[in-house]
Amino acid sequence: MSKWHFVTDGFIKNNPTFVLVLGMCPTLATTTSAMNGLEMGLATMFVLILSNIVISLIAPVVPDKVRIPVYITVIATFVTVLQLLMQAFTPAVYETLGLFIPLIVVNCIVLGRAEGFANKHGVVESALDGLGVGLGFTASLTVIGIVREILGSGAVFGWKFIPGDGILAFVMAPGAFLVLGFLMVLFNKYLAKK
Amino acid sequence: MEYFLIIISAIFVNNILLAQFLGICPFLGVSNKLSTATGMSGAVCFVITLATVVTYLLNQYLLVPFGLEFLQTIAFILVIAALVQMVEIVLKKISPSLYQALGIFLPLITTNCAVLGVAITVVTKQFAFGGAAPHMLNLAQAVVYAFATSLGYGLAMCLFAGLREHLAGNDVPKAFKGLPIALITVGIMAMAFLGFSGIV
Amino acid sequence: MAAKSTLVNMALCLTAVCLICSAVVGGAYAVTADPIAEAAKAKTTASIARVLPAFSAEPEAGNVELDGTEYTYYNVPGAGCAIISAVSGFGGVLTLMVGITADGTIHNTAVLSHSETPGLGAKCTSDEHFMAQFRGFDPAAKTLAVKKDGGDLDAITASTITSRAYALAVANAVAVFNKLKEEGGRAHE
Repeated sequence: MSKWHFVTDGFIKNNPTFVLVLGMCPTLATTTSAMNGLEMGLATMFVLILSNIVISLIAPVVPDKVRIPVYITVIATFVTVLQLLMQAFTPAVYETLGLFIPLIVVNCIVLGRAEGFANKHGVVESALDGLGVGLGFTASLTVIGIVREILGSGAVFGWKFIPGDGILAFVMAPGAFLVLGFLMVLFNKYLAKK
Repeated sequence: MEYFLIIISAIFVNNILLAQFLGICPFLGVSNKLSTATGMSGAVCFVITLATVVTYLLNQYLLVPFGLEFLQTIAFILVIAALVQMVEIVLKKISPSLYQALGIFLPLITTNCAVLGVAITVVTKQFAFGGAAPHMLNLAQAVVYAFATSLGYGLAMCLFAGLREHLAGNDVPKAFKGLPIALITVGIMAMAFLGFSGIV
Repeated sequence: MAAKSTLVNMALCLTAVCLICSAVVGGAYAVTADPIAEAAKAKTTASIARVLPAFSAEPEAGNVELDGTEYTYYNVPGAGCAIISAVSGFGGVLTLMVGITADGTIHNTAVLSHSETPGLGAKCTSDEHFMAQFRGFDPAAKTLAVKKDGGDLDAITASTITSRAYALAVANAVAVFNKLKEEGGRAHE
């Protein structure tokens, strides 16, 4: 009996971006480059794992009617801690991602996993689930970031291999929707084949 | 004049959905039908404006004087959650018909990042309109900005719902069905909205 | 499964959660307060180093008001003065740091934050020809405006509005510098 399927589930079967379609705002807004997507994914994973762990621990003693406010408070606490840590140690990243760091609080993935998984499972499973979903989210954001960076600025992770400007629409708002739409088509094709 | 610029900027140039990517989840979730889209837009409009007033005052008179700005995230989200609950209860009592129209959307709004996003933006970001020197918004400007932003939300939402009703009847390739074609449609809409950039 | 809800345990639970969370956030704040202040200071010092000649003295921060706008400046003894100047650009606020040496010429400029269009206005951070024009610019001898407006600066191709805003921000900084110099002169008399 291995618990690893909790991690792998988050990657493909419950992929937060392409299957569950949750947390669309940071997915679209912060993926202007591969690096930004990766950083946003990791920041979300940090909150996701910690909130999953704490919520799975406290769920049995929290009265049912106040569980949502309690979960939101727990999540908001971790987000604030993350904000402080990022301001202290990675100020440049904090500046790039800007508003979308505090907005992790209202990322439906985090509350969704708390309500849909962590409050019914043990600590280890919840931590692994947080890791899996977090990794799935990070991978999706990085892939979208890579595609947008290649098309929009002819580079990957800042390494430029096509000279010139690239198709600028892809680093701007419309490109985000288009790339996500077409990637979702590919993901659907892949799932249909399986 | 400045209020006019704030309104144009918030509705068209920096449209909250198409340029700032806030509140996308409900946007994709409830835009299948024009009637639900209008209901959601109404509820969002109400909550964003109210939440911005409350959080602005909270920030100005409680957090800033005590140097507690780092608590913005946690304080704002709790205030918004409580506010949404209260609006729900009050609405149920005083206007059952309005509650019927907006009620089912209210619980969804707590986790609509547009609400928290606007609340945080108006207290942390400097704004510049029509060549004027950049400055923080005062309460009246914040309210106008929040209201206009939510109008922009409603505009994009209703336009998109209208398009989506037509899309539903069209024969699109199987892998494109549902969200992918919807996202591509929004992408083209966002391109159209790019045309507004720079007008204020 | 979840405990049954009664008024007492709901109130207790919420109080306990709030207390613990406040303790965690307060603790995190206490631990990170110094690194955050240091990071902010390092960033400012790095920006100042970009716009002024090499210096060893500690920059002194100050605020000054000009035409109803508050400007932050950093006076660096022996190097000059770095002034933060924000204007309305094409896509939002454009914030620059402008370094002016004691003789009144501009040493260099740096963009601190902007929301200009990628590939067009955003070139104000990368267009070497545009940025080089400001190095060694003497506002007393030349006019800080784009050529279209009768000044001496080449605008970035297809981004006149951004270029205008950039020139305006630098011109405002020069005005602030002149005001500071006047006040400083009076203070020394």
